[in-house]
Amino acid sequence: MSEVVAEALTRLAPKLGGAGAVLEAPQRLSGGASMETWAFAVSGPDGRRDLILRRRPPSAIPAESSDGRAVPLAVEAALIQAAGEAGVPVPPVPHVCGPEDGLGEAYVMGRVEGETLGRKIVGDPRFEAVRPKLARQCGEILARLHTVALPAGVELRTADAAAELDKYEEVYRNSGAKRPVIELAFRHLRDHAPKASQAVLVHGDFRNGNLMIHPETGVAAVLDWELPHLGDPAEDLGWLCVNSWRFGRADRPVGGFGDYQDLLDGYLSAGGKDVTLEKVLFWQALGSLKWGVMCLIMYMSMHVNKEAGVERAVIGRRVSETEIDIIRILERGL
Amino acid sequence: MINHPSAVELVDVVARWIDGVRPQLQGRDAFMARVAVNALGIASRELAQGRALEDAAIARYAELLGQTGDFDALNDELCRRLRAGEIGVSTPGLLEALSANLTAQIAIDQPTYRPDEG
Repeated sequence: MSEVVAEALTRLAPKLGGAGAVLEAPQRLSGGASMETWAFAVSGPDGRRDLILRRRPPSAIPAESSDGRAVPLAVEAALIQAAGEAGVPVPPVPHVCGPEDGLGEAYVMGRVEGETLGRKIVGDPRFEAVRPKLARQCGEILARLHTVALPAGVELRTADAAAELDKYEEVYRNSGAKRPVIELAFRHLRDHAPKASQAVLVHGDFRNGNLMIHPETGVAAVLDWELPHLGDPAEDLGWLCVNSWRFGRADRPVGGFGDYQDLLDGYLSAGGKDVTLEKVLFWQALGSLKWGVMCLIMYMSMHVNKEAGVERAVIGRRVSETEIDIIRILERGL
Repeated sequence: MINHPSAVELVDVVARWIDGVRPQLQGRDAFMARVAVNALGIASRELAQGRALEDAAIARYAELLGQTGDFDALNDELCRRLRAGEIGVSTPGLLEALSANLTAQIAIDQPTYRPDEG
């Protein structure tokens, strides 16, 4: 499989690095059976260029039918470019692969300098100076992201709070699990859903871990555009505040690095509308609930796929973290 | 009842062995060995604390629901009433009972996890 990628990238190198450019050894970074990420470089007349290939191999299940949430890679690429034009920091996308490239569904991104590991971003002294600025930056970036108009030909599903609750409750019911906090959360959030705002482009996975953070300048790129949809703008702000992505800094609600007020100030100052702390807390609670149901389902899949292993088993024991976080939000009066 | 060694001792000694060979492993095996040690830690803590947790949960649920039963029966009834909206956030004692159960469960599942301090 790696030979296929290396050969295809060798053919692609001149397009990416100029005439005569050559490929430097591609290295598989991560991903499961359905998605691959490769780091590689091309060296040509203009020097060396560090790049990333995101690829869904031809053998994988297409995005539309996998779980109904991930979008095709060409849509990801188009949204990254559109967001960049709206002032959202994103990686450059120098090439979207076509059939002639022999890579299947794929696109090439520029490598952006910085750190994505959440634990380092919240704790490493290298990020101490920039950390207090991050929550406000995230607010400003989301305000811009939420103004992005869909590129021609791109259609996305719409999911408001009620639709999200329906979907995850169905998954939970089908699991057969009986968990009081999850029952309470579905009922309470349904009864307290804020009035739907006008649907905007929502990133869908905007959280610490999916943001490239530079130790001097802060948010350098918004990554992981797999789950975009149309929905309530507060969804992205709430997801960023879910305690599961605070990496041990439960006292700093925004990503483990900042405070609600900075996030909201940044959002409103950059023209964002229709978002209040109450709405953020609602979506944060719904975010914990969704992550809890996802952990439950990932654990249950180990009974179907015996090779899924220890990791799958242990993730089931993360449901309790989402439950205690939901209780904490409800105790505060949501 | 069964000792010499107890289940906790068996689990702990296997976890220590995996931890010992971990430095010789690479890549995914090294990662999975760490996950395995974590899994055995959960099992060990549950063997030590699980029964007390369940007894306390039964007592809390029985008081909340005004009825008796084993854990599964009480848990099912609690879920039914919550789903139906017969009880909820404003029900006296509900959040306290759920919070107390979860605090004990987190001590087993992830003792270092810090719940939301918002």
